[in-house]
Amino acid sequence: MSTTVDTAAGAAEAMVLNMGPQHPSTHGVLRVALEMDGETLISAKPDIGYLHTGIEKSCEAKTYSQAITLTDRMDYLSPLSNNLCYCLAVEKLLGLEVPKRAQYVRVLLTELTRIASHLVWLGTHAIDLGAMSVFLYCFREREEILKIFEMVAGQRMMTSYFRIGGLSLEPPAGWLDRVENFVEAFPGHLAEYEDLLTENRIWRIRTVGVGVISPEDAIAWGVSGPVLRAAGVPFDVRKYFPYSSYEEFQFEVPTRKESDCFARYLVRLEEMRQSLSIVKQAMAKVPAEGPIRTDAPGIVPPPREKMKTEMEALIYHFKIFTEGFSPAPGHVYQRIESPRGELSCYLASDGSPKPFRVKFRAPSFVNLQALPLLCTGRLMADAVACIGTLDIVLGEIDR
Amino acid sequence: MAETVETHVHPVAARLKAWDAGAVSNTEEFRGELTVTVPREQVPRVAAFLRHDPELEFDFLDDLTATDHFPSEPRFAVVYHMLSIRHRHTVRLQTWTSGTNPSVPSVVTVWPTANWHEREVFDLFGIRFDGHPEMTRILLPLDWEGHPLRKDYPTEGHR
Repeated sequence: MSTTVDTAAGAAEAMVLNMGPQHPSTHGVLRVALEMDGETLISAKPDIGYLHTGIEKSCEAKTYSQAITLTDRMDYLSPLSNNLCYCLAVEKLLGLEVPKRAQYVRVLLTELTRIASHLVWLGTHAIDLGAMSVFLYCFREREEILKIFEMVAGQRMMTSYFRIGGLSLEPPAGWLDRVENFVEAFPGHLAEYEDLLTENRIWRIRTVGVGVISPEDAIAWGVSGPVLRAAGVPFDVRKYFPYSSYEEFQFEVPTRKESDCFARYLVRLEEMRQSLSIVKQAMAKVPAEGPIRTDAPGIVPPPREKMKTEMEALIYHFKIFTEGFSPAPGHVYQRIESPRGELSCYLASDGSPKPFRVKFRAPSFVNLQALPLLCTGRLMADAVACIGTLDIVLGEIDR
Repeated sequence: MAETVETHVHPVAARLKAWDAGAVSNTEEFRGELTVTVPREQVPRVAAFLRHDPELEFDFLDDLTATDHFPSEPRFAVVYHMLSIRHRHTVRLQTWTSGTNPSVPSVVTVWPTANWHEREVFDLFGIRFDGHPEMTRILLPLDWEGHPLRKDYPTEGHR
């Protein structure tokens, strides 16, 4: 990307400042070329690609099941949302129906993921704007969620817990008690964050009226998630195109009209409340017993017991883990609502056991593109607030 | 890919064909998703119609990507996914381009968000988008050689 600046004849010379790629408030390895007139931004140009790891190319060299582990590593703050999106896409391609019990567990865990992801956002965004203590509180609560993930999946972050056709493991005994403890304690913690921030003068000065984008622009630029809802557009994939039984859950889609950084903060706080309500409903819905994987011989690995007693099950197990399974040729598109916005997976099959093409529509990638609209004409320090409220994850942008 | 359903016609497909049957070369449904294939040179016209027609109003372009069918010809399919916030429906638009000097008209003027998506496709597949304001690499370094998502590009890279 060119960093030279064209200035009109007679105009004062503008300065180009490279914010990043090693800058704490860029939340990863992002470079923004800021063209400035004094402290005022004339333009901001994001430069991405520092974390490009070729995940989509790597997926083409793996079987459908193996590729799940790569999806964790895109948006590393919400691995279960990525797992879910990819698994739903493969299931759609195969025409698989997932048992209700697995669907509810998936909903429960992805909503916890949303809370965990919003907590990281709130903590780091508060640090960007100079409030240190909120960060520590947020990470304390996030740790509780990660412990639940560890209990269920054996991993805190790179869970890979959702598998094609259901879940990888039976959730351990007593896991719902742990979720219950979190659900009981969390509303009090949310109130703490609000006490620290909502009426805080510095917080308000730094966020109110900063980074405004009109709803028309937001739609035209493909912006989704809390940023779009803070602009007053109630687009939420969970309501528009329900997946994984979301149509059975009662929840509101919080929106605001102001479309500034403060509105995005309020929307995300309210989303955490709504997610908590969905988690409670899911806890009541999850049956204590029942299948966690669909019965699809040749696609979903058979239970351990069957493998030891049935010849066929053993053969299927061997075939699934050596050559994989081959969906019929075709292509599907699966949208889900990730914490950052609309996450989609385009999956094309050519009839072989490896995906022909896997493409992820990363919400951060699209939202970041709108950054110049948010911060042009404002002060340099506002760029930090704007990048913060877009809630980008560079692992997902660069893939 | 899938059989064209004779009995039931997708409303979006019906609307498109009623507008200009010549602009659409094929429509098919697979797993409840409609794919509309159009000739390359028709892309801007069809895109503008999909975006502005009050009955369709596909105002939200989800993404835009490509698939490489090497060694068959035409080699590349460029795929557009879009939805309408008002009507809550979706469609997939698809067009084909040849392996030699591949190019497709840009849709940046219809959906500004296509800007980065088209740059990504150019970067990883080497398909040019005519009329794009800044057809440069976006993820890889500017001096990178080759286009990694092409099927003739080794997964481990050239060593």
